[in-house]
Amino acid sequence: MDDRKFIVSSSPHIRGPEDITRIMWAVVVALAPAVVWGIFVFRDARPAGTRWCHWMPLYPAFIAALAVATAVATEAAIQRLRGIRVTIRDGSAIVTGLLFAMIISPCVPWFVPIVGSFFAIAIGKHCFGGLGCNIWNPALIARAFVLSSYVFPLTSVWHYPADSITMRLGKETDAITRPTPLAAVKDPLKSLNKQAEAANKRALLEKVRADNRTPYRDLLFGNIGGCLGETSALLLLLGGVFLMLRGYVKWQIPIPYLATVALLGWALPVKVQGEWIAFAGDPVFHLLAGGLFLGAFFMATDMVTSPITKKGMIIFGIGCGLLTVIIRIYSGYPEGVCYSILLMNTAVPLIDRYTKPVKLGAPR
Amino acid sequence: MDWSWGQLLSIIVSVTLVSNYVLSRFLGLCPFVNSSDRTDKAFGMGMAVTFVMTLASFVTYLLYTFVLRPDAPLFRSMLPDAMRPYGLEPVLRTVSYILVIASLVQLVETFMRKMIPALYKSLGIFLPLITTNCAVLGVTLLNTTDAPEELSLFLATFQGFFAGLGFTFAMPLMSGVRERLAQLPVPEPLKGAPITFICTGLMALAFLGFAGMA
Repeated sequence: MDDRKFIVSSSPHIRGPEDITRIMWAVVVALAPAVVWGIFVFRDARPAGTRWCHWMPLYPAFIAALAVATAVATEAAIQRLRGIRVTIRDGSAIVTGLLFAMIISPCVPWFVPIVGSFFAIAIGKHCFGGLGCNIWNPALIARAFVLSSYVFPLTSVWHYPADSITMRLGKETDAITRPTPLAAVKDPLKSLNKQAEAANKRALLEKVRADNRTPYRDLLFGNIGGCLGETSALLLLLGGVFLMLRGYVKWQIPIPYLATVALLGWALPVKVQGEWIAFAGDPVFHLLAGGLFLGAFFMATDMVTSPITKKGMIIFGIGCGLLTVIIRIYSGYPEGVCYSILLMNTAVPLIDRYTKPVKLGAPR
Repeated sequence: MDWSWGQLLSIIVSVTLVSNYVLSRFLGLCPFVNSSDRTDKAFGMGMAVTFVMTLASFVTYLLYTFVLRPDAPLFRSMLPDAMRPYGLEPVLRTVSYILVIASLVQLVETFMRKMIPALYKSLGIFLPLITTNCAVLGVTLLNTTDAPEELSLFLATFQGFFAGLGFTFAMPLMSGVRERLAQLPVPEPLKGAPITFICTGLMALAFLGFAGMA
């Protein structure tokens, strides 16, 4: 008998073509249109006050390249230091770096992507043991970190595509600070209290909102100020649908997430001159503005940091939506996608535990 | 006592989310780090701390109002003239508060040893250590002497209770994270306390999202 026919190995015995490399590169492909478009739209963005990089064409591309390069270099260095196999070819570090670049302002100084990407890979990922072990999404935790470290460049300096023209005309402008669409709607509400009391507060709220609203078309095609990768909702949606068709992203997270945001964005009450006004929000605006599509399709669905079971995923999606809207409407920040996903990441181990499927035939 | 529902809601949001005693003020880290390795234990510790915090808030508020404050009615006539403007507060504040907390912890301990011996055993030294838990002392101080604005007895107790619930809310989250950590190939030098502290820091970063909520 020929012994060589009997190969003893442990399961799995049949492997699909999918592996980390393939999935990661698919994510890169899905992100690419939004990144390229972001770089194009913000081609004239400059950091505030840093003279030496003003000659540089395509500063956002420089930021993105720095983020990706730092992520890959950190990954390689740490894997070498830990004495494990260097796996920079699998693309996971590239995805982390790219995602991080997409969620910061294109006008950040050059050290922000370096610090952020290093934090993402070193603290966010390798402290827990490397790929597949992290509890929080590395790119998001890095954003939360740099946001609390460099408050001004990350929250106050944005670039508006329309400003490119003023800059071309030779006007001496560094970066123009203007609010992003979400802040433009949120901030005027605070100053309403100083104005004369209106008789019809709902009408007043609607008027203020209408005056400061960014048109849907601009939100869809990316004619807005904001983070590098979240300009065009349409391109992000396209990338998300691509990943869903490939089966890397299950509908159980993004769809409940988006639905919750739309519902609560419309329903949750806002305080106007001491009176709470509910059911006055604009669901479409809440869906298109900010980084919601980026968060819902690319961040919340990170396989490592989201629940395993389908029921758990739905709970996770709804939780993210709830926290996003609560932070958007009630907290000090205009945008809540980043923090809401991080907070739900914290709860994932517990969600996984309580949604564990019952064994077939187990007593209930 | 006058209070409004809005005030209650803002206290709840403030002490459980915005300035959570563990994740935003970094008080009470020793039970947080040491008792959060299993969820049942974490929850038990959370309940014990909540109980102590609530009652301690109640008792220390009375103590503060009637004995310690410069205008407190009791023992006022017995004070030497030089101390009158300050009352007993600068001398007895910490001592008396710790005494109150310690007797409450003793109560919890006796109760737990009799009723939940398994939990009592697994909490071990960290149950009596609630006595010196800075979160409990922090709550009582922030209710009375160091309060940003003067609270009524009801609001102080309410704040103590929800500060405890905020602690109880953070504990199982952390224990979930740590139960997962136990299965991860965490680098050798970071195993145990270091990675737990890193996780606490990252959790605190996530909780920053609630900043500015009112």
